[in-house]
Amino acid sequence: MLFIELSIQGLVQGAIYALIALGLVLVYGLLRILHVAHAALYTLGAYFGIIIVNAGGHIVIAIVLSMVLVGLIGIGIYRFAYKPLLDKPPLIALIASIGLFIAAEEVYRIIFGAYGMSFSQPPLQQQIELFSGFHLSASRICVVILSVLFISILGWLAASTRTGVAWRATVSDPDMAASFGVDIERVRHINFFIGSALAALAGVMVALLSNLVEPTMGAVPAYKALAIIVLGGLGSVRGTLIASLALGIIESFGTIYAGHILDRDAIAFAFLIIVLMIRPQGLLIRR
Amino acid sequence: MSYEITILSSMSIAILFALSLNLITGFCGQVSLGHAAFYGIGAYVAAILTKAGWSLTLALFPAAVTAGAVGALVGMASLRVRHDFLAITTMGVGFLFVGIVRKQDALGGEIGISSIPSVAFGRPGLLMLAMICMALFIILCIYIRRSWLGFAFESISDDEDTARTFGIDVSKFKLLAFVIGTAGAGIAGGLYAHHIRFIGPDSFGFVESVTVLAMVIVGGIGSITGVAVAAAVLSTLPLWLQFVDDYKLLIYGSLIFLTMRFAPNGISGIVRALWQRHHSP
Repeated sequence: MLFIELSIQGLVQGAIYALIALGLVLVYGLLRILHVAHAALYTLGAYFGIIIVNAGGHIVIAIVLSMVLVGLIGIGIYRFAYKPLLDKPPLIALIASIGLFIAAEEVYRIIFGAYGMSFSQPPLQQQIELFSGFHLSASRICVVILSVLFISILGWLAASTRTGVAWRATVSDPDMAASFGVDIERVRHINFFIGSALAALAGVMVALLSNLVEPTMGAVPAYKALAIIVLGGLGSVRGTLIASLALGIIESFGTIYAGHILDRDAIAFAFLIIVLMIRPQGLLIRR
Repeated sequence: MSYEITILSSMSIAILFALSLNLITGFCGQVSLGHAAFYGIGAYVAAILTKAGWSLTLALFPAAVTAGAVGALVGMASLRVRHDFLAITTMGVGFLFVGIVRKQDALGGEIGISSIPSVAFGRPGLLMLAMICMALFIILCIYIRRSWLGFAFESISDDEDTARTFGIDVSKFKLLAFVIGTAGAGIAGGLYAHHIRFIGPDSFGFVESVTVLAMVIVGGIGSITGVAVAAAVLSTLPLWLQFVDDYKLLIYGSLIFLTMRFAPNGISGIVRALWQRHHSP
């Protein structure tokens, strides 16, 4: 029973990691920028979700509205923060992004308070019986279903729409894509919108699971998501998804079996360092 | 008087700490986002030794050696990965350090080490020691800058592959930069532990790494004077202005972002640009 419980815990956590890391890998694939401030959008999405529900909105409205708002803010970050840094070394954008992220956390603390926010009446808390004697809260099921749904939508968008083709062309060769008439700026805007919206979705999901949103809730995911996209082989969406799920499950078991030597949050970084040293091109990429 | 001594001590320690990162990041061009880990190693080693009866002056040597040895290990990472990947590897090292220390009962676990003994001659004694260490490190930095070593560092920082073409042993110099820089951070950490007289895993987390990086970036990556000034100001600002203390991370974060976005060469870059505008026809 503990085994199933841990596996499900890992799966749910992995789905959340996947939603956050996807936005990061989309940005990296397109701009070669490690977008740490992405996690600030995840936190913001969680705040929007709680505020909208507490103001009387339905949870579905909260999710959609939060995703749209945060998506637009994501575009704003691209235009204000990254666009002027594109011709500089990638390190400059990375450090700027860390600065932006730390400042954003502090702004949340000032605006929303240091002690966090909760739902006044948390939605989706009913227990659903999956099979006899095994219950799971609706919010956890919801996390898995929504993650699968949105990642599938994203896959379909990339594979079979004009925008998706333009996006893939820009990732593989921006100059060539531009010469074929692809509006690169538009592709980048859509990219940031989708990535940020997925982060907001992850934020609302975590708010549902833990019923608490704190200013610093993005701190650990921010750096862990970096570890995930490196493990997934940088720029590979499939690799990122696998790495997210694997890390979720490893952490869930590791906390029980290795918790006395290593902090839970350090596990990801131990893996990150090992992988970067042995296979700098990532675990899943063959070269 | 004791207030001034406290401020001057934290200023000297911060300058030493920031210059030690500047040697790695500024001189040699290798970014470290986990520099606080070495600060922490020095702090723990020195604190344990002085609690066992050593004098701090003596304990600073093992602190520097331990930090430098671990620094050499981390420096090996810089031989494998570059630029932003080195940055996230060192960031991982920082998280790993905190994650491991947190779970070690011998190091006080979550609670850390408290009632660290005071130094001979008390606070003025610590200030003297901190200022001597800082002065020695500044002299070392100036010496390195002017020597062949500094030239080798600079060539690696500019373009590693070209440096290698010219016969510079890139791996050796990178490791050397890490060893000197992290040993400096170890000394700074040992001093810090006896300045605050309480240390815990959270004193050496990512926030500290970013804080010291902010000092280097705002001062101007690679500039000795710029980094020293930025470290002096940024470390003492929270002590003088309550406002700064309340919103410390907001200010540090914004400073890092704005510097990178609008003036990537920091204060020293701005000063140099103004100077040149003023003195060119």
